[in-house]
Amino acid sequence: MSVLRPLDKLPGLNTATVLLVGADDALLQQLADSMLKTDCASELRVHLARSLPLPSNVNRPRVDLLVFVINLHSKYSLQSVEKSLHHVDASFFLGKACFLATGAGRENLCSVHRNTVVRLAHTYRSPVLFCDLEVEGSRAAMAQRLARMLQISAGHVPGVSAMSLLSLLRSSESPSLEDL
Amino acid sequence: MRSALGGGLGLRLELHFSAMQKTMDPYDAPESTPRQHPSCSLKEYFLAATPLQRRLESVRKQATSFVPTPPRRRIPQRSQLQEDVDPQKVAFLLHKQWTLYSLTPLYKFSYTNLKEYSRLLSAFITAEKQKGLAVEVGEDCNIKVVFSTLLGMKGTQSDPEAVLVQILSKPQLPSEDREAKALWTGWFCCVFGDGLLETVSEDFTCLPLFLANGAESNTAIIGTWFQKTFDCYFSPLAINAFNLSWMAAMWTACKMDRYVAATEFLWSVPCSPQSLDISYAIHPEDAKALWDSVHRTPGEVTQEEVDLFMDCLSSHFYRHFRIHLSATRLVRVSTSVASAHTDGKIKIICHKYLIGVLAYLTELAIFQIE
Repeated sequence: MSVLRPLDKLPGLNTATVLLVGADDALLQQLADSMLKTDCASELRVHLARSLPLPSNVNRPRVDLLVFVINLHSKYSLQSVEKSLHHVDASFFLGKACFLATGAGRENLCSVHRNTVVRLAHTYRSPVLFCDLEVEGSRAAMAQRLARMLQISAGHVPGVSAMSLLSLLRSSESPSLEDL
Repeated sequence: MRSALGGGLGLRLELHFSAMQKTMDPYDAPESTPRQHPSCSLKEYFLAATPLQRRLESVRKQATSFVPTPPRRRIPQRSQLQEDVDPQKVAFLLHKQWTLYSLTPLYKFSYTNLKEYSRLLSAFITAEKQKGLAVEVGEDCNIKVVFSTLLGMKGTQSDPEAVLVQILSKPQLPSEDREAKALWTGWFCCVFGDGLLETVSEDFTCLPLFLANGAESNTAIIGTWFQKTFDCYFSPLAINAFNLSWMAAMWTACKMDRYVAATEFLWSVPCSPQSLDISYAIHPEDAKALWDSVHRTPGEVTQEEVDLFMDCLSSHFYRHFRIHLSATRLVRVSTSVASAHTDGKIKIICHKYLIGVLAYLTELAIFQIE
């Protein structure tokens, strides 16, 4: 029934919509504010959701990028993201979805091992990004990165598609910065 | 609260993810050794390499594996070298609360100079304690420092011997036949520290785990002396919720003849203005029965089993109280084997699994150093 599909609606003119899914309301709100502050040629729309499926009675635009926010300090956020993943159409994972893990820096507070999130992202063949959403600088940098990814997913950047970005972001045989 | 097991706990959990894991991850081979270390094959090629080169190679080898580390599998440590340890001699290590620190390798530490170190450290402590006093206190220092080795506190033959440091109070009058009281006790050990030992050169002694019991001021003074003398670095070892849940599972898995304490968990709920604490106690036999129903391969503990064990406890709690324990932070775990607090405090109760507990703590300490 209410499975989220990437191409079931027509796109808006020069608008790009991102849906942030995560259990931590405060973090999502802060990230959304940062994203709206970024300088972007297209009009950005940010939607927030605690979990999927979304209520079907609301008229909402087509979702161009789906970001799952997992707080490594709370196992609950990982569990709610895992539950939400069942309500997403498989074609989202062709470059229109990514995972965002926050809080890896503070080891003492971590309830979830970062490798759990890495393996989850690997299972869904989607990129995983690490940042600390509670730190202003890291959040602003991540917001800019997401805004760029959103523009590419919405097709506003000529020459680069969501699929090509996905193959660029996929970690290869050479050691990546995360592993070192 | 006594939790009834069987169908009541409801193992109706999200096993979907773990099922996907099995089909999509063909890379992970089950490990039955405590550590899979890549540098054992490198030794043949890099016989003359410096420690730094060896270190770099092992880091590079680990980094090139495409799949992140396979689900960590560990053997629940049963007594391995316990035959060498005299229970009487290590009795003083049990039932005491130790504060944990991780320590980088000590430079030019020698086991033959222990008396010399005792003398130097006594002088240093006396000097520190008398700093700031306007008038020199007439009497000579009334404390004495003793360095000794603790035999048997190691995992393999290649681990260095554990070192015990004690601050004893000297009896005031020579005529008094009182036994010197230990004011402060600290000991360094290394249990199954192969990962660190291989990458360090001959001049260094690796004793990454430091346990202290006593006044914080004494710990600070002794720490300063060690840092100045052996060019090492202490840092407090905190245990995060992830590692605490591993400890809970491993210690519940230990076979015990007699349970002396209930299995207790303490969670901290982040809320304002003051944080709430949730304490959850289970009868130890129920906890063992739950673990046995989750556990599959004998001799190995996997990440999925630990997660399932903790998820069972959380879902049972949720059914009764409608509180998601996964949204809170695990702060303390207490079993009949040992109890650990997230601030880096540990109390070991059972001497049979002493080495096992130390092995896990050593691994955490090494991980923090690296």
